Amino acid sequence: MTEPSLYDQILDFANRADPWPLYEKLRSQPVWQEADGTFVVSTFREIYALQHDPRLSSDLTNLLPEFAAKLPPAQGPGGAPPSFLVSDPPRHDTLRRVAMRQFGPPHRPDLIDKMAPALKAIVTGLIDNLADKQGADLVDDVAYPFPVAVICHLLGVPPEDEPRFSAWVDPIVNALARPTPEQLQARTDARQHMSNYLFELAQRRRAEPGEDMISGYLTDDGPDGRLEGGDLFSTLMLLLVAGHETTVNLITNGWLTLQRHPEVLQRLRTEPGFSIRLVEELLRYEPSVHILPFRTAVADIAIGDTTIRKGHPIAVMLASGNRDPEQFPHPDRFDPDRTDTVHLSFATGIHYCLGAPLARLEAQFALTQLAKRLRNPRVLADPPPYRPSPVLRGPIHLPIAFDEVCPA
Amino acid sequence: MHVVVDLTKCEGYAQCAFLAPEAFRMVGDEALMFDPAPPDELREKVLRAAAACPVQALQVDVADLPAPPPVETMAAAKGEPLRREGRIVIVGASLAGLKAAERLRAEGFTGSLTMIGDEPDEPYDRPPLSKQVQLGWAHSADTALPRRREIDADWKRGVAATALDLERNVVSLADGQEVGFDRLLISTGVRARPWPVPQEAALDGVFTIRTQADAAVLRERLMNKPNRVLIIGSGFTGSEMASVCVDLGIPVTVAEAGPAPLVGALGGVIGRISAGIMREHGVDLRTNTRLNSLRGEDGRLRRAQLSDGTTIDVDVAVVALGGIRNVEWLEGSGLAVGVWGVACDAGCRAFDANGLVTDNVFVAGDVARQPQPMFGYQFLSMEHWGNAVTQAEVAAHNMISSGSDRWPHLEVSAFWSLQFGHNIKSVGVPPMADQIAITQGSVESRHFVAAYGYKGRVVGAVSWNQGKWLGFYQQLIEQAAPFPPPYDMIDPPPDRTPVPAEFPEIARPGRDATVVVTGHDPSERRATLVRTARRH
Repeated sequence: MTEPSLYDQILDFANRADPWPLYEKLRSQPVWQEADGTFVVSTFREIYALQHDPRLSSDLTNLLPEFAAKLPPAQGPGGAPPSFLVSDPPRHDTLRRVAMRQFGPPHRPDLIDKMAPALKAIVTGLIDNLADKQGADLVDDVAYPFPVAVICHLLGVPPEDEPRFSAWVDPIVNALARPTPEQLQARTDARQHMSNYLFELAQRRRAEPGEDMISGYLTDDGPDGRLEGGDLFSTLMLLLVAGHETTVNLITNGWLTLQRHPEVLQRLRTEPGFSIRLVEELLRYEPSVHILPFRTAVADIAIGDTTIRKGHPIAVMLASGNRDPEQFPHPDRFDPDRTDTVHLSFATGIHYCLGAPLARLEAQFALTQLAKRLRNPRVLADPPPYRPSPVLRGPIHLPIAFDEVCPA
Repeated sequence: MHVVVDLTKCEGYAQCAFLAPEAFRMVGDEALMFDPAPPDELREKVLRAAAACPVQALQVDVADLPAPPPVETMAAAKGEPLRREGRIVIVGASLAGLKAAERLRAEGFTGSLTMIGDEPDEPYDRPPLSKQVQLGWAHSADTALPRRREIDADWKRGVAATALDLERNVVSLADGQEVGFDRLLISTGVRARPWPVPQEAALDGVFTIRTQADAAVLRERLMNKPNRVLIIGSGFTGSEMASVCVDLGIPVTVAEAGPAPLVGALGGVIGRISAGIMREHGVDLRTNTRLNSLRGEDGRLRRAQLSDGTTIDVDVAVVALGGIRNVEWLEGSGLAVGVWGVACDAGCRAFDANGLVTDNVFVAGDVARQPQPMFGYQFLSMEHWGNAVTQAEVAAHNMISSGSDRWPHLEVSAFWSLQFGHNIKSVGVPPMADQIAITQGSVESRHFVAAYGYKGRVVGAVSWNQGKWLGFYQQLIEQAAPFPPPYDMIDPPPDRTPVPAEFPEIARPGRDATVVVTGHDPSERRATLVRTARRH
């Protein structure tokens, strides 16, 4: 039996807790070609250039048929078209503009900024709930419910529906990289359920529009038109899933990192404004999204001695790029005083994460509040148990203990 | 606090606009406007925005952030006497001058530093003067550049340099002072070209826009709702001002001598697109039309006579006819100085009029004319913000470095403009080109990229609301990639066949010149040996 490739080892759950040495090996060559035809790109400069390269496509219909056959179908339930995340311009740009219209500048420039007090209140409330305890699961008690509450509020999803959609999210996330046929089927089923749910929800919002984003999509006609039909579904599903899955990991990975660096945790307690730079370094050092598993090329792309062939799948190793010593001196050192924090954690180029500003604020507020209010916090399992996905990497639980919850 | 965004770097990710919406505003899909002096209560939000910028283009004062770490260079390690106790004089205290000063200190220069500038104010950022300031978004006096480091300089403000004596290594000032130097940086930049008829230019209501003072009076006049504004010239400044007038609801006429706006910078193909956009926005654009005369009553502007035979009533005229390089003070210095600027080598060292490179005089910014290695070492001036910054940094480094430690300035030129809600960015040197091809997007939707080619290789690119792709085209330019780019790309245009780029000949002065270093007009085919006192 042949030795599994580095990429195989990275995808292997056994290496989820510490993929960094594997990334280091991977970087000895900017581009690897896997036996199955996938190209794996792992160094900062090459990833950065590739994501600004108009020969790189996010549209999976550009894959050669032998590769496309092994992937989730590009179409959603009921033939819904893919979201803008897996589209190229001009479709990508149009859909993203329409999505952005309800979320941020230029049309709603201060939506997120105005939410800051509400964000603080939500996280404060979650920590208040821990008041008469000495232990918690950071994931279940804070890192998950916080972004879920926020995205529900923004989109106009009733918070009480959370148990319904949370059951559909895992199968979707778990099928992101090299899915088995069973995982693909589970994903298809989950997407069908979610589609039905979102359709029903949209009906309600259409009948009774509010200030939320779904109502905006249903009623507001911008210069690019209205989100309708399959595009509405694929956009809503993307926002609902991506709107919280990644932030959970950012907060949990962040807290684990802080506990491993007590001097930094102490600074967060006492230094005003420290969370701003801290979160940028956290994003570099322990990002939520490790891999963009499926890109492809519409033309051959020569990188160094390797040529990425047209129509082959490309795995973009964002987290590996974040620890590239060619870009970051002492990349494995967690150093919030770094001044150059141009990292890849939200990707770069036209697919830069739509929700990045929200994720930043959520992580800044959550980590600051936790640091200030938990007295003598300890992590009870290090490494903690991880979620299955190598793409969205983070602990599935993070049991912690503390002596006391200080008043807000 | 002071803020500047390096819009050459900015790719329109809008993180700042999300996180500090009072200080940063997106215009259209990807163009950014910012308040250069946000109030102190926004400090935390602005710092959040600065940290979040995906390309780290947002700069604030050193007082608000830890200073960038000192720059380690080979020369710094050697610690020559010049670096420790030399005297450096910078003439021209604007963007390039300030960036050079900061770089000198960053590299460990501990000698004396004198900053000479003819304007009374501290170094300020000019791009907002024709945009945010005119729209009332920022005050003209509030565009001071953030200080990224302590530069500990002896400032001589509001006093012009009048002469340079290279025999004694002394700069003379208008107030009679003389300042001696071991190294000199010339960064005197460009001033606005006035309307050439002095009596007409002196009419109340006729403005240029280059300085804070210019911007302040123009803004005041626009606030009084003039009946019609005349813009003379439709390069970038003229087009941006036309856009401002539209935003302010002021009727505006643009008189453009050429066939379309922006033709000198981007050629006729792009110019026609720009013309279409202007007209859609209700601008009275008169192409192939010159201004014959400005007429006033009681010293105030009333009318303008155009070469198309019409006379229009206007109360404000903005003269946007480009700039004049501030080189008069260098006449007689023996340097290679002329209307095209001060010639220097790739390391920013000035040439003398005989083509000998100096060792102690350096040039940076709009006033510098430098050989462009990617363009046959032609001597070109790049009047762009980003060029001023990178050239100043290379000049500063070379001033205190010797021999093999010196760097060439190889940065590919880039610029941006914001008009009518469109973000226009460019890399390379489009006016070099003979052909243009739309490579991505569609002109109709006003989201596209076009590549420029010269003799079958890529020499430039322009993006229209598609700035995130420009880094790729920069690579093509650096690699002298074939034109048109031979491979498929996403978002292919309906037609990417190259067509003539349609640049006026005048935009390409140096292409076939025989005399490039001396400072003569490159169209002149002569050279004169200049015998100065130095040649014993």
